[in-house]
Amino acid sequence: MQKSNWLILGILFSIGTITTFYSCQEENPYKQGEILYAKYCSNCHMDDGTGLGGNIPPLANADYVRNAGPQIACIINNGMEGEIMVNGRTYNQPMAVVKRPTGDPLTEFEITNIINYINHAWGNDYGIVKLEDVRKMIESCKKD
Amino acid sequence: MKDNFYFFFFLSLFIWSCNSSNEPLPILSKKVIENGEIAYEKIPSFSFVNQDSNTITNQNFEHKIYVADFFFTHCPTICPIMTQQMLRIHEHFLDNDYLHILSHTIDPKRDSILRLKHYAENIGVAAPKWHFVTGEKDKLYEIADYYYNKVVEDQNLPDGFDHSGRFILVDEEGLIRAYCNGTSEQEVNEFIEKIEQLIQENAKE
Repeated sequence: MQKSNWLILGILFSIGTITTFYSCQEENPYKQGEILYAKYCSNCHMDDGTGLGGNIPPLANADYVRNAGPQIACIINNGMEGEIMVNGRTYNQPMAVVKRPTGDPLTEFEITNIINYINHAWGNDYGIVKLEDVRKMIESCKKD
Repeated sequence: MKDNFYFFFFLSLFIWSCNSSNEPLPILSKKVIENGEIAYEKIPSFSFVNQDSNTITNQNFEHKIYVADFFFTHCPTICPIMTQQMLRIHEHFLDNDYLHILSHTIDPKRDSILRLKHYAENIGVAAPKWHFVTGEKDKLYEIADYYYNKVVEDQNLPDGFDHSGRFILVDEEGLIRAYCNGTSEQEVNEFIEKIEQLIQENAKE
């Protein structure tokens, strides 16, 4: 085969890989996050991220989530207490630590995946959170 | 002759279909022997306090029917979904004063009257349509049994409690006429139909 043929083959192969990659991404870019959300979060925040009245805040279309970025990692990892304001409404019901049934905490990977799912579900477009940022964030808010 | 056959065939079909849809809701309360006769166990007398600090007893549901459930406000597992589903029942029968809702906390230590008040206000509901009641822990756990709701404290669980999320429909006589899994939208849909049926049955009497 000639050199140019190899080149064309290479280009075709790259295009194929890229399109496959993107089409898979479009279908479900945050699959693990979605599964984990259903397992650990949707009981309270609901499948559609709307929460429960004034008792449990929404995650869908929520200014708090949009502004929090990787800080959400600390809420998942440590739970939360005290008053917060979401979309102009006050919420004050404690949130439990998100952990496995065995009592072990979620990994930083899992937490990153959950945040990225939330950030892109239900019409949210709050950007991607990096594992590195989640790691630093969890380190900084570690409970002793 | 043939016409007659069809006439009677459809007439009997019509009568039969009427009959089957008129079948009353079954009584699901436990059967007990009373004076040598089979009777049904009624929801016993109770006295709890609701979110407005009013005492709520069986008398509050005189000539009424109600849906009962067991929950607690900081529950991280099934309760929020139960509340969401109960809200659908609440909305469906909002203008019907014949049906009420009675939610019992199973964590009276933490669920103060004020806390129940906030919880109700935060989801936009109020007594007497929807009572959120607290009381003595033993009394709450005891009565849960009568409503076919299992409630056990278990520190190893994420809730700290093992509890079933059943909704129970109680009629004017204090008898259980239907129940469903309060976390299943599908079951709650069927449950709403049964509530409507009971309302219709009692309207006829």
